[in-house]
Amino acid sequence: MPSQLLEPTPQAPSLRGKEERAFAPLLLGEGLGRGSSVRTLSFVDAVREAAEQEMVRDDSVIVFGLDVDDPKAIQGTTHGLLEKFGPERVFGTPLSEDAMTGAAIGMALAGMRPIHVHIRMDFLLLAMNQLINVAAKSRSMFGGRANVPMVVRAMIGKSWGQGAQHSQGLHSMFMHVPGIKVVAPSTPYDAKGCLAAAVRDNDPVLYVEHRLLHFQKGPVPEASYTVQPGKARITQPGEDITLVGISYMQVECLRAAKYLEGIGIRAEVIDPIWLSPLDIDTICESVERTGRLIVVDTAWTNCGAAAEIVAQVAERLQGVRDLRMKRMGFAPTTCPTTPVLEHLFYPNGRTIAAAASDMVEEEECGWMPEERPELQSIEFKGPF
Amino acid sequence: MIERLYHSLLRIRRLEEEVARVYATDKIKSPVHLSIGQEAVSVGVCEALRTTDIVFGTYRGHALYLAKGGDLKAMVAELFGKATGCTKGKGGSMHLIDPEAGVMGTSAVVGTTIANASGYAYALKTRKSDAVVVSFFGDGATEEGAFAETLNFAVLKRLPMLFVCENNGYAIHTSQAKRQGKPDIRGRAEAYGLNAERLDGEDVPGLANHSAEVIAKLRAGEGPWFFEVDTYRWREHVGPGKDYQLGYRSEAECEVRIANDPVIKLAAELPVRTQWRIKNEIEAEVADAFRFAESSDFPDASELMTDIYQESTDALTTA
Repeated sequence: MPSQLLEPTPQAPSLRGKEERAFAPLLLGEGLGRGSSVRTLSFVDAVREAAEQEMVRDDSVIVFGLDVDDPKAIQGTTHGLLEKFGPERVFGTPLSEDAMTGAAIGMALAGMRPIHVHIRMDFLLLAMNQLINVAAKSRSMFGGRANVPMVVRAMIGKSWGQGAQHSQGLHSMFMHVPGIKVVAPSTPYDAKGCLAAAVRDNDPVLYVEHRLLHFQKGPVPEASYTVQPGKARITQPGEDITLVGISYMQVECLRAAKYLEGIGIRAEVIDPIWLSPLDIDTICESVERTGRLIVVDTAWTNCGAAAEIVAQVAERLQGVRDLRMKRMGFAPTTCPTTPVLEHLFYPNGRTIAAAASDMVEEEECGWMPEERPELQSIEFKGPF
Repeated sequence: MIERLYHSLLRIRRLEEEVARVYATDKIKSPVHLSIGQEAVSVGVCEALRTTDIVFGTYRGHALYLAKGGDLKAMVAELFGKATGCTKGKGGSMHLIDPEAGVMGTSAVVGTTIANASGYAYALKTRKSDAVVVSFFGDGATEEGAFAETLNFAVLKRLPMLFVCENNGYAIHTSQAKRQGKPDIRGRAEAYGLNAERLDGEDVPGLANHSAEVIAKLRAGEGPWFFEVDTYRWREHVGPGKDYQLGYRSEAECEVRIANDPVIKLAAELPVRTQWRIKNEIEAEVADAFRFAESSDFPDASELMTDIYQESTDALTTA
């Protein structure tokens, strides 16, 4: 397992309330009742624990998908669930993403709460008809007479030659469509709380996981809790520029903030957590202070989540103050496998810092920070 | 039973004839895919079902919705786009639903509800319910991937589910022979491991009796099962009229079916006075439903932004 680095802010769980302008982390475990202990868990274990606790709490929760019951248990995220809950509630499926998504919808219409797992987000393309034409539409086209409480877990791959069909971040396609919620947690704390919230939600929720985030470790309360839809979190306060990092790019933004600190630029970093519904208020409040925004996505920028966030900020703040804004994401090409090209395909802490510095200084001076070993990337080392 | 079957068949027929008649006035605000000619499949199978059993259907869903006990007034109001419609004017003719009657949805995208039905059946099975799910779809849907995937899943999990393929020979204007290299839908279902049969869609009592036997087996855990039912659509694919002028099928082909009309055949088995009583009952009910639809209000403008998410639904119910 790669070294664990850059825990995104040790006391990460601070849901930003409207009243607090400064960075004021809540104490972990606050509101969770006495005796609730907080451990350091990996993102994988946080996902697994949320699923297990929800399955104990509500016997209508079931987990299925390709290989959820195999020995590798989806990187460990479904480990032990089969033994604890049996093959009726935890089962591997035929290679039938379309029908299995349709089946999940049928289960949800019947009052169950399925969690359908896809080990790569690319496979969701086989399920788009059911997700967009049926899951997202059912409440509306049936006049509010249908609930579709289902969760779709989908993983974005990166590194070690994942290549064209194992690396795509397709979350913005779902943000485009009313009726389905989208969440992309970046910390173990949020991984657990968002999965619990998604399971309890009566609408379909796309739960985006990034393969590299699986190695993240961080504080996670033992007791069950939810991280509710529509709340972003300021993960680092600053006043010179706002960096919004989506999913794994949250880690790279925090890394960029460290590089920027070295040259005297104080970046405010925001994790939107929920992409739909999106907490644009928190982002706008920040940009109104800093006047500068870079949104970094683990996806292409064209018509993507970053484009949407920049557009909403522009609509809200145009004429209110002078703004500088930029999107960063995948290079506008297909993800290559060879490491030399793959490295160039993605933004990283250094390229984000360079772009931020240019924006703050209002000139392109070619500055690029030296790689700092203590901020080394957490890379998936492979092979499988 | 004959009386009940006749009532159900004629009620659907008369309702749809009235829809076709009113269509020209532009009061109906939804494309309609009439079941006329195919009603017998829904009526025969649904005769074997309880209210607690579940059906999923297609955009040609008027017959299924009514045969399963869906609210007639709410359906007509839905076609008129009124707030009293079964989906408050949001789904129209192609997305009828009536959860209280076990009609859990119809879809305009061919084949989608086959998979949804299997998930519902899985839920019933895990709950040890003895209710069953019936999925209705056309011959075109059997060419979709979801069909093959769902057959496999249903057999794998031994689901309490009946697949009913209403084979009317055409997907819109294209015949089965032009679309299927081996036009043996029953055989394909059997190859996946289902008990699969070809049935006559114009023999309503036969369908009802056989469905009752099969549904009993499904309740006893002997599912899934598959019917390929031969039937015929008399009217055009979408809209109120006939379409023989298009040339993709001949009127003679339909005349054979009309001569074998199950409505006429069933009537012949009933005393004349019974026929008249049923006819008059239905005329009054249909007229009442159209009056209800006509006099109902259109939805309020605020309805546009409700029923998108749970939160917007809650906002509506607490408003």
